[in-house]
Amino acid sequence: MKKYSKVLLLGSGALKIGEAGEFDYSGAQALKALREEGVTTVLVNPNIATVQTSEGMADQTYFLPVTPYFVERVIEKERPDGILLAFGGQTALNCGVELYRTGVLKRYGVEVLGTPVQAIMDTEDRELFVEKLNQIDVKTISSEAVDTVDDALRVARGLGYPVIVRAAYALGGLGSGFCDNDAELVALVEKALSFSPQVLVEKSLKGWKEVEYEVVRDRYDNCITVCNMENFDPLGIHTGESIVVAPSQTLSNDDYHYLRSLAIKIIRHIGIVGECNVQYAFDPESMDYRVIEVNARLSRSSALASKATGYPLAFVAAKLALGYGLFDLRNNVTQSTSAFFEPALDYVVVKIPRWDLGKFHGVDRHIGSSMKSVGEVMAIGRTFEEAIQKGLRMIGQGMHGFIENRDFNIPDIDAALQTPTDRRIFVIAKAFAEGYTVDRIHELTKIDRWFLFKLRKIVDTAEELEGFNDLAAVPEILMRQAKQQGFSDFQIGRAVFKDGFTERAEELTMAVRSRRKEIGIVPCVKQIDTLAAEYPAATNYLYLTYNGSYNDVEYTGDHRSVVVLGSGAYRIGSSVEFDWCSVNALMTARKEGWRSVMINYNPETVSTDYDICDRLYFDELTFERVMDILELENPHGVILSVGGQIPNNLATRLDGSGVNILGTSAESIDRAEDRHKFSAMLDSLGIDQPRWRELTSFEDIDSFVAEVGFPVLVRPSYVLSGAAMNVCSNSDELRRFLKLAANVSKKHPVVVSEFIQYAKEIEMDAVAADGEIKAYAISEHIEFAGVHSGDATIQFPPQKLYVETMRRIKKVAGRIAKALNISGPFNIQFLAKNNDIKVIECNLRASRSFPFVSKVLKINFIDLATRVMLGLPVEKPLKSAFDLDYVGVKASQFSFSRLGGADPVLGVDMASTGEVGCLGDDTDAAVLTSLLAVGLRVPHKAVLLSTGTPKQKADMLEAAHLLHRAGLTIYATGGTCQFLNENGIPAVRVYWPSMPESQPQALDLLHNHEVDFVVNIPKNLTGTELSNGRKIRRAAIDLNIPLLTNSRLASAFVRAFTRISLDDIEIKSWQEY
Amino acid sequence: MQATKVAVLKLQDGTEFQGRSFGYEGSAAGEVVFNTAMTGYPESLTDPSYEGQILVTTFPQLGNYGVPPSGGDDMLKDYFEGSRIHCRAIIAQDYAFRYSHWLADKSLAEWLKQEKIPGLYDIDTRALTKHLRTHGSMLGKVIVDGSDDVDFYDPNAENLIALTSCKVPLVYDSLDGKPVELDGDLAPAADGRKTVVLVDCGIKHNIIRCLLRRGVRVVRVPWDYDFNTIEADGLFISNGPGNPAFAQTTVEHIREAMTKGKPICGICMGNQLLAKAAGADTYKLKYGHRSHNQPVRRVGSNQCFVTSQNHGFAVDNNTLPQDWEPLFVNMNDGTNEGIRHKTLPFFSAQFHPEASSGPRDTEFLFDDFIALL
Repeated sequence: MKKYSKVLLLGSGALKIGEAGEFDYSGAQALKALREEGVTTVLVNPNIATVQTSEGMADQTYFLPVTPYFVERVIEKERPDGILLAFGGQTALNCGVELYRTGVLKRYGVEVLGTPVQAIMDTEDRELFVEKLNQIDVKTISSEAVDTVDDALRVARGLGYPVIVRAAYALGGLGSGFCDNDAELVALVEKALSFSPQVLVEKSLKGWKEVEYEVVRDRYDNCITVCNMENFDPLGIHTGESIVVAPSQTLSNDDYHYLRSLAIKIIRHIGIVGECNVQYAFDPESMDYRVIEVNARLSRSSALASKATGYPLAFVAAKLALGYGLFDLRNNVTQSTSAFFEPALDYVVVKIPRWDLGKFHGVDRHIGSSMKSVGEVMAIGRTFEEAIQKGLRMIGQGMHGFIENRDFNIPDIDAALQTPTDRRIFVIAKAFAEGYTVDRIHELTKIDRWFLFKLRKIVDTAEELEGFNDLAAVPEILMRQAKQQGFSDFQIGRAVFKDGFTERAEELTMAVRSRRKEIGIVPCVKQIDTLAAEYPAATNYLYLTYNGSYNDVEYTGDHRSVVVLGSGAYRIGSSVEFDWCSVNALMTARKEGWRSVMINYNPETVSTDYDICDRLYFDELTFERVMDILELENPHGVILSVGGQIPNNLATRLDGSGVNILGTSAESIDRAEDRHKFSAMLDSLGIDQPRWRELTSFEDIDSFVAEVGFPVLVRPSYVLSGAAMNVCSNSDELRRFLKLAANVSKKHPVVVSEFIQYAKEIEMDAVAADGEIKAYAISEHIEFAGVHSGDATIQFPPQKLYVETMRRIKKVAGRIAKALNISGPFNIQFLAKNNDIKVIECNLRASRSFPFVSKVLKINFIDLATRVMLGLPVEKPLKSAFDLDYVGVKASQFSFSRLGGADPVLGVDMASTGEVGCLGDDTDAAVLTSLLAVGLRVPHKAVLLSTGTPKQKADMLEAAHLLHRAGLTIYATGGTCQFLNENGIPAVRVYWPSMPESQPQALDLLHNHEVDFVVNIPKNLTGTELSNGRKIRRAAIDLNIPLLTNSRLASAFVRAFTRISLDDIEIKSWQEY
Repeated sequence: MQATKVAVLKLQDGTEFQGRSFGYEGSAAGEVVFNTAMTGYPESLTDPSYEGQILVTTFPQLGNYGVPPSGGDDMLKDYFEGSRIHCRAIIAQDYAFRYSHWLADKSLAEWLKQEKIPGLYDIDTRALTKHLRTHGSMLGKVIVDGSDDVDFYDPNAENLIALTSCKVPLVYDSLDGKPVELDGDLAPAADGRKTVVLVDCGIKHNIIRCLLRRGVRVVRVPWDYDFNTIEADGLFISNGPGNPAFAQTTVEHIREAMTKGKPICGICMGNQLLAKAAGADTYKLKYGHRSHNQPVRRVGSNQCFVTSQNHGFAVDNNTLPQDWEPLFVNMNDGTNEGIRHKTLPFFSAQFHPEASSGPRDTEFLFDDFIALL
């Protein structure tokens, strides 16, 4: 076997829709596998919040964009002898293929390990792919282009009805439709040909099942299928948008093995070495199939399959890439059996996507062939009912399971079932409640009846429970059945107590808990062992179920466990950064001699890798489930402060149940979380904050606004639709927002705060012990306050803060830490104007920026915080941010291109899906690198400017000068053009879409790609303007033209790329800084 | 709620698991074994190798896709592996009272009731499996509330091969035609096709299908039939239930066949009987191999296969005579998975190349056999 000495691994960059945490997990596994072989590793990944970019993972880590330009320079410097392309999603694959095509890999003698590039290209290029599979008589979904009705008829008859007709060259599905017979086809094709010269006729697979197989092949041609999965939603909904079940539930043995054999035949023919996935459309009425696609790399599905089965696909794929055979490798779970085997599951896994569509203005909520979800959960149970109910709680959108949720209004259930949205599963619950039968729902959704029968069983059980008004009267067998079907205590409480439940939910839920424990209904702990108990398992990968009576784990009550609560599904506002925090807390706990125990349910994470901790409970983070686990574990204590807001929210109730919370007390957490208590505390400490009030009527709101003036920040406690928070600049906007979006009443008060414009926003991340700050990092936003801190571009150490401001911040933070007696991680956000500082928010937990500041400063804040929480002595680190001779910039990644219709503006609600952090010798280098890493490109032709209000126009003036001097043509809309001309900058006036008769049109410039950079700054802060600006912004996104919507950030970017060129950016690894 | 009766599984060692009944409401006894396959209950239930056994499926949800229609007289046309259910009872965590599959014409419960086979659910099958793994396969009985107790029954003490084997020799010309009883001497096939004698030790129908699909004529003979009287091109020895020690007659016949030097192939029980005929010994495994994911390696090569298995006995590699060698080995526990003669065209596999249920990766062994004819 050839030995490689240095291998380059490409990461996937910032988290975005379609490419999320799963690639941190795959990359981390690959690095582990390489390290085990003594191979030196080089990683290119600008995603600083990931686990794979942490100390001890790669030998050299480059926080650089995963683009051919930067990767070539890394290759030039590092001279690796091998490269791995399969572990960083589509980003890494595309970059690698490009480097191969341009001869870079050959020039530097870098060998592609694993699947050969030709095989990758065969699967990526649609035509090659179809041809390749035709060679072995494997059917793909193919369409034929025709230009006459007669030809269309011939093709349709050949394919067999139903068929889909698509008009070629028509955007947005115009002229497309289904045809069941000749007559329908003729009508549709005639129409389509009237506006399109060509029509595509394709076999309709509407209602077919979607099934995938994860396949592994080694270079000796040995193949296994590690897992198969079946989509709950039929074909037509992207697998990333589907509820997915593993293993398949509705396939017979013949079905299963027919598709399995095909999958193996395909990967042998394509020549995969490593892992790949094969997706099928499968006829529900026969054994007919079509191959949808083959992914010649690790994917979201492979991460899910790894977690679903316990088979470490990425780890094995990396070993196979180095030349091993599957027979050389051991099954890590049993430590005794071979890695050449196919896991047998004795449980059911359900994956459910997590959407955050409510955060976007104007987004289309329908789900379909493109992905919109931002995260996912995986639930494990021993029945489908149990798993899906767990999963629906895990997605964290206020649902308690499939049923017993708050009622919501669906005007047209038939339509909602037929054209699914992100709420489809709850529409099914609603339909059952309205008397729809399984058959009717099946007709409308094409979801296999098996799933619907199971859901119906849940409804039946709820109805039986609703027949009782008193817990004691509920028969034991019914109570047990409900728990076996995944009912939470809350759901049972609501079913039994009905209307009286809501007011006393917490108390009555506890009553259910006591009652069921009294009659001996408790969950048991089962192990995931890859072999369905055939062999003893060495790992502790666990879940809880009511479908069983015996625990797989022997609990000794030794109080040696430290339980870390994870962060749940990735969503906007909480993602891989908390995974990094959780993993680091686990590592420190383990290092200090404790049994590290994790609770989390996100399959895209490293924290749910069973070898990262001593015990992994892949289960819910609800109070009920956490208490179930703690009652079994009887731990030394629980860490709540590294998993974001979900664990933090459990503090008071866990404390009330006598749980030992490590670190800052629950009472302090409550004092920081409760707006009133926190405000009173700041007042007593003499610390300033923006004025705010909680109000219950329009009159009160008006009088408060009269006091503080516009703009104001409005936060309703009950949101009808749209964003939860908004900035209103005048009373019209205020009225509109409150009337349309929110509900104002005694029961639903609104919090109104003064909104300070043109203020700097500053973050402090710190660790304290017994109220004394041990380590801190102050960083500043490039944008002015008003852009959510999760969307803002942040630099650390700060480059433009007054020393006086810094001193004040430290003092204020010190007083807050003392008052709250903080022990552990915390974060405070400040506003600074001149030297006045105000506190906006304080979180007594790790924040989003902890991995960023830890890695820039090279002091692991979570390690420190965990040591504090474990009661170990912690010295103040000697190093401070002032000593750094480099700058880190954290930039946000947006996924607007995936969110059709959404207005890509930034506001007080977070919209980004990920982030990068890059280092540079100065701000310009770091800003440029980080913005390139989130997908911006340096313009070479022309820019289009519309720069908003007069103040913003002035802000952008210097940047406009720089653009002009750089030789770029400047196009500008009316006001901006005039302003630029007045200030001596030549600009060509273009017209808004609302003036279609005037030329040139701004939109035409975009459509013709005459500009390669757009700065469009919305005038008002509400972000709801539905007009010109939005059309321009949306067009820029849809046409893939770099867009910035904030004047401060746009200026910083322009300054950076006009002052330095790409070649000036030094290729320096993190370890070299 | 489903109105189902309480039912209990009592093991020989006194352990009891209580669940509920979804199948036939009667009692049954047998040897309790577990299978970790995730699909294939219609195939397993009708597999004669399960004769006398109570089958525990570790996959928690049973009955999802119902039961396909029976082929009636035309048994090779259906989806089953035998003419009836051979398991004595089946046990799972959960049962799908409503099934969904285009091919199904009845639920598993209906089928079990027709065939008088108890089915239990709501039993911690993982705990039960661990118990069997730790203590070995053991006898057990299933008693549904209201039915009479029965005695434990040890299938290994009985000649199950005789019980499940066909009673008269049958000639199969193709998958389409019905077999005819062999009457007197076998005439050579009119179209010059090869003839294979297939010894039925409790055969799975898919072995017959796999051979017929390859264009040979098959003469299926009872386990104790003296097949050496038939003029054939090759000999195939089927799978079968229980202890190979009962098939001494078959072993003698194989031994005689070996002297002719024509190709011989065996599957599962066939592997064990061929080994015995060669002079090797067999032994009982602690809890056997019953699953779809058993890894085997072709000895002396880098070729590995995922196989379907269902056996409680194994060939002892150490007792193989000099002119024989192991052909396949189990990658998990190193047990024998097949043997071959070093010079003559005799080989066999402990696993199931005919699959059904399970992976089909080793079906090429049939091609290998046919090529030798």
